[in-house]
Amino acid sequence: MDLTIFLLAVFDGVAYAALVFIVALGLTLIFGVMRILNVAHGSLYAIGAYVTVSLVAWAVAAGAAPVLAFPLMIVSAILVGVALGGPIEWLLLRRIYDKPEVLQLLVTFAVFMILEDVQRLVWGTQPYFQSTALMTLGNVTVFGVTYTVYQLILLPLIALVLLIGMRVFLRHTVVGKLILATTEDREAAQSIGIDADKVFLLTFVLGAVLAGLGGALASPTTSILPGMGADMIVLSFAVVATAGLGQIEGAALTALMLGLGRSFAVYLWPEVSVLVPYVIMIVVLSFRPQGLFSTPAARKI
Amino acid sequence: MAEMTTPSAPASQVRALPLVLLVLAVAALAAVPFALPSMQLLVNFALAKGIAVLGVTVLLRAGQVSFGHALFFGISAYCGAFLIASWPGADLVVLIVVGALGATVSGLIVGLFVVRYRGIFFGMLNLAFSMIFWSILEKFYHITGGADGIRLPRPTVLGLSLERGPFELVVYYLAIALMLGLGWFTIRWFASPVGHLFQTIKTNETRLEYLGVSPKRALLSGYLLSAALCGVGGALMGITQGVVTPEYVWWVRSAEMVFIAVLGGAGSVPGAFIGALIYETVRIYASALAGDVWQAILGAFLLVIILFAPGGIVGIARRIGGRS
Repeated sequence: MDLTIFLLAVFDGVAYAALVFIVALGLTLIFGVMRILNVAHGSLYAIGAYVTVSLVAWAVAAGAAPVLAFPLMIVSAILVGVALGGPIEWLLLRRIYDKPEVLQLLVTFAVFMILEDVQRLVWGTQPYFQSTALMTLGNVTVFGVTYTVYQLILLPLIALVLLIGMRVFLRHTVVGKLILATTEDREAAQSIGIDADKVFLLTFVLGAVLAGLGGALASPTTSILPGMGADMIVLSFAVVATAGLGQIEGAALTALMLGLGRSFAVYLWPEVSVLVPYVIMIVVLSFRPQGLFSTPAARKI
Repeated sequence: MAEMTTPSAPASQVRALPLVLLVLAVAALAAVPFALPSMQLLVNFALAKGIAVLGVTVLLRAGQVSFGHALFFGISAYCGAFLIASWPGADLVVLIVVGALGATVSGLIVGLFVVRYRGIFFGMLNLAFSMIFWSILEKFYHITGGADGIRLPRPTVLGLSLERGPFELVVYYLAIALMLGLGWFTIRWFASPVGHLFQTIKTNETRLEYLGVSPKRALLSGYLLSAALCGVGGALMGITQGVVTPEYVWWVRSAEMVFIAVLGGAGSVPGAFIGALIYETVRIYASALAGDVWQAILGAFLLVIILFAPGGIVGIARRIGGRS
């Protein structure tokens, strides 16, 4: 393996890990606060991508500057979070917090099934390409390897900002502290006057925005087609589970590990590249059953 | 979890489903090939799926949900396809036995690993194993046929090679017989000492440990049974369809099995089959009448069941039965 291939694999891995991390961040936030594993997260990711593609295509056709693609990504993400995430929590999840885990999983799975068809109805089954944002930023050459600025610099930067931002938000803002308090002990939080329903709604919308943002950011780098949501949800599950559920910083490192593992496999042994994230997950969990960054929970008798 | 299943008392479950109802249901199923020939294939698929769903139901009794049991469904079907490719005269019975064995052996390998986990981790690790197998099927296409899968030509039946019509009839009645036999066996197993230990994992695992019983071993025994049941279902499905594809192992299939188990009545043995019949019927008609949105219709159906009838169909039936 020469340096060029090595660097390419590293860059691919980092760019991919950044996207997976953004999606997994939303997933682990929702799980950490609400104890719900949101299967529909993958659909929100896919819809984020579709909405971005449509908006950007429409803006470009209307003669707008290509730079406008970036604010449109944020618009799409917020649209997904508010227009889909909000109603999902408010109309469905709110009714099932006291139900068994299995039923909660199935409710989000049902939402996933519905949203998959919604995507097909709205956008059809043809793949979409929309790389305006990727083109706008151009390329950069590092040690003789030319790579897109968008994937090599912007994506990891956004992931890093989100990681730090989430930490600051949760630990140093009032709303973040309310979320943490509700996570710690819902009843105690309610007894001191925290509106837990509102906290849950906010958390879910925030998580959904992150899923949508992941999709929006992924849209210029890949073709958008049915099924992309399913792939992403399984992968971000793997990241979240390997890191330990609810672990935010851990999810970042794990995403990087799985992303690099996958991209090196693409160059060395392409057939198994899809397997690598899961193999890593199984190996990690064999040695650390609670995930890399979780501490074992105390057993109650 | 109390809402999902009534406390396990398998013997009373047999009584709760009166013998008369069972006989009527079996008679109705047995009449399908003559009364409604167009429904025969659909019911056959439903029975094959129902047997696999029974495997998921077993795990639900221990409070565990697997999002990867299509793995065993697929392994068994592929075992059958590979066997008949290398031994063209293989018999129907041999295919099902070998398929179930293959599923059980892989169930042992995966099971030894996953029984250390509970809840979401249990579900997710099962999912990971099924995804691994799915990718192998997709990527190593020179062996597995890739996304197109491989053909599973019609096997002989006890040495006789049958035409399509009679063969389908044989498979259909075999599926009914397997449903009855395996359903009965599962109910008996729940009532057995091992089955009771297994179900204690849901109620109080720590106490199980204090009794000196290994919960892992108890869970593994149920896991093997569930893998074997999925295997029988998968072999039947492969033989009925005549082709096996990686789609058998796709995680949405696994989730579908959990869906059917909850639809029928989580933890209920008859519920697995009732759920499978309703699911297949809704699926076929929804995809015929509203091809673009059948998945959404099923999703909405699932939501309604969970929000308004968490006991599933069997739960509704019990409530009606209890009132009268």
